[in-house]
Amino acid sequence: MPHDHHDHLSPSGHPFRKDNDEPLTYWQTMEIAIRELLIEKGVTTASEIARQVDAMDARNPAMGASVVARYWTDPDFAAALLEDASAATRQMGFDIGPMKLIALPNTPMLHDMVVCTLCSCYPRNLLGLPPDWYKSRAYRSRTVKEPRKTLEEFGVTTSKEVEIRVHDSTADMRYIVIPNRPVGTDSWQADRLAGLVTRDSMIGTGLPAHP
Amino acid sequence: MTKSPSFDGRRWHDMGGELAGPIPDDQHDFAIWEKRVDALMTIASNKGHFTVDGLRRVLEDMGEDAFETMTYCERWIAAVNQNLIEAGVYSTAALATKMAQVEARGATYGEATDAPG
Repeated sequence: MPHDHHDHLSPSGHPFRKDNDEPLTYWQTMEIAIRELLIEKGVTTASEIARQVDAMDARNPAMGASVVARYWTDPDFAAALLEDASAATRQMGFDIGPMKLIALPNTPMLHDMVVCTLCSCYPRNLLGLPPDWYKSRAYRSRTVKEPRKTLEEFGVTTSKEVEIRVHDSTADMRYIVIPNRPVGTDSWQADRLAGLVTRDSMIGTGLPAHP
Repeated sequence: MTKSPSFDGRRWHDMGGELAGPIPDDQHDFAIWEKRVDALMTIASNKGHFTVDGLRRVLEDMGEDAFETMTYCERWIAAVNQNLIEAGVYSTAALATKMAQVEARGATYGEATDAPG
């Protein structure tokens, strides 16, 4: 663990965000005001907002991991995912929303990476909210210019023979990388395989865990 | 037509290919107010009061300074607000009145937030 002060870490292992006991900011004031105006105008309700917060909280990389594991173990599903990832994941019961989802299968000679240079588009319906680095200037700027070097900063070294293909998201479509199935997992069922699929391996900045 | 040396054909948000420093590895947990910003954006856009393109237009018009001085969710609530006002959902005057009421409730987010959930 790089952190020494465990008292200040949340259950997710990250420092606690300064939160409700900090002085009220201008933008927090605006959020409260907008929320109340939308409720007063009948656009939404307090319970609908709470349900939406809960729904987003419930989305996490395990959802994407189950898609990847099924791709590895179910050839019919794999074909369907490549044909239309939005439809295939909806059939698994995921709320993919209106945007087009595209699955990017890695091969031993191809490593896919996803970025959004213009904004912060991310497959949030399958992976949850994006990590902070995904939205950073450094990642957005450099990934399309020096992907191999960027990857190395994430601890992933690739041989020069492996092509790195960077995919720039748009507002209307999202990507999910299908990492290579780890060797030594031939007899594994999908549930167990899903435990190897990391968030970053589905963005292309990481690899699955070793079995 | 001579191309101005100060104009390279793209705006500040079009960052792809620029040089920048190391990828930051710090990560924060989303505060409840940030989750509500996200929820308001999703709900209001799902109900047709604006589109993602409307949000992005406001974010891009904020300019580079906002990217450096405001947090992600601060930029998003500003963009949601601009779109809702343009859509006629409420007026700037109504927002100002409501913000003054909210501010008067207390010095922290916890004290000032009124609605349950």
